[in-house]
Amino acid sequence: MKVLPYGDRAVLVELADGPEAMAFAAGLRAARPAAVGEVVPAARTVLVVAADGVPVAEVRAALDRVDPVTESTGDGGDVVEVPVVYDGEDLDDVARLTGLTREEVVAAHTGQLWQVAFGGFAPGFGYLVGDHDRLHVPRRVEARTRVPAGAVGLAGEYSGVYPRESPGGWQLIGRTELRLFDLDREPPALMRPGVRVRFVEVGP
Amino acid sequence: MRALTVRSTGPLALVEDLGRAGLAGVGVGRSGAADRGSLRLGNRVVGNPEGAAGVEVTAGGLEVEVGEDAVDFCVTGAVCEVTVDGRPVGSHALARATPGARIRLGPPRDGLRSYLAVRGGIDVAPVLGSRSRDVLAKLGPAPLERGDVLAVGAPGGEVPTLPYVPWPDHGGDVVLRAVRGPRADRVRDPDLLVRTTWRVTERSNRVGMRLAGGAVDPAGDAELPSEGVWRGAVQVPPSGEPVVFLADHPVTGGYPVVAVVVDADVDRAAQVPPGRDVTFRWVDAP
Repeated sequence: MKVLPYGDRAVLVELADGPEAMAFAAGLRAARPAAVGEVVPAARTVLVVAADGVPVAEVRAALDRVDPVTESTGDGGDVVEVPVVYDGEDLDDVARLTGLTREEVVAAHTGQLWQVAFGGFAPGFGYLVGDHDRLHVPRRVEARTRVPAGAVGLAGEYSGVYPRESPGGWQLIGRTELRLFDLDREPPALMRPGVRVRFVEVGP
Repeated sequence: MRALTVRSTGPLALVEDLGRAGLAGVGVGRSGAADRGSLRLGNRVVGNPEGAAGVEVTAGGLEVEVGEDAVDFCVTGAVCEVTVDGRPVGSHALARATPGARIRLGPPRDGLRSYLAVRGGIDVAPVLGSRSRDVLAKLGPAPLERGDVLAVGAPGGEVPTLPYVPWPDHGGDVVLRAVRGPRADRVRDPDLLVRTTWRVTERSNRVGMRLAGGAVDPAGDAELPSEGVWRGAVQVPPSGEPVVFLADHPVTGGYPVVAVVVDADVDRAAQVPPGRDVTFRWVDAP
């Protein structure tokens, strides 16, 4: 673990890989040190912002007392089920890129337990990591100017669901009616870091 | 009813408070006033809690009509002409407008964003704990439009004792203090940031101040995985022209952050209008 400077209100904690970053962020969420105001996990790092009025030196000190928490994807606890119609425009491309059939792509997507590694991009978007790398595909060469809300996609080592209509470069394999982000719900975001997710195939 | 009816908005008028905390993990940033210090100051003058919502007015032009009850108010931030029914009342000073009167903010003489703080605060419905408009996430009260009626809350704080506060100096050279890193090693020469006189471009907004006038070239073409972003981060996209992130910055980003402007200077950055120059100066990490 390496602590990099990030101005006078935050530090950037760099971990060895994605799972280590997730475990460190989970440990921070569990410990909730009073000095920490905001935790922003990402692919290999966790940005830790001091609480208002607290010097960043106290954040540095608090980091030493964080025990990483490995949330094994196999054990119990709540799982968000996402019903998906697998008719995405890029399903054939994903099949070709992975060497699988369309049906095998769907089976690989529904057959693993995903976990939200981090957010960003838009409110309620979660970068999901799975159990294996069979569905790892590059982004589309050309991004779409309009991807509808509920589109389910793949990019790099991640899967994700667009919470709202936006431009996007992910390979689209399906769509869901589930509302990922709803201001009238508490909590509004279903995909919070650490939450586990299972995709379930449904008919159109 | 204590209320303000919007008669004209100028280029952009937004309701802002000090933002929404604790939601960056689900992709919702802090947002809030771009120049937090000015909103806090205005709230102090009118006797509000410092996080009460006010109106952030970019480049002047806001006109509001007072409802059935008189309101006490103060304009802070970018110094501009403030009038009540055409009569100048001054900025950075406590003023009163009677029922039916029109409060108008002229264009700033220096600076970019003025803040209208009203005793009782702007009482629109909060979204995720804040009355701030986030222009990137598209959350919070919509940008003001002519005809909007803004409720004003009941005065809760102590009776004001500060009749006026000093004007800020937005006219001189702008030197932003910045801490090197976290990804200074991702560009060939990070010191170019402090050696270059940068020009603020028209593409700047509440998301970020976009600079031109040089190029901080990448040190290689290795891709950086997404990392958390915070207010003040100086991000360098492939063009080499830095972006200083402001209130409505993205929560994560994939281009290297080569420096981070110290928190106290981010308010200053938010007051630099397009066309003006800025420079950076290195300071040590605390």
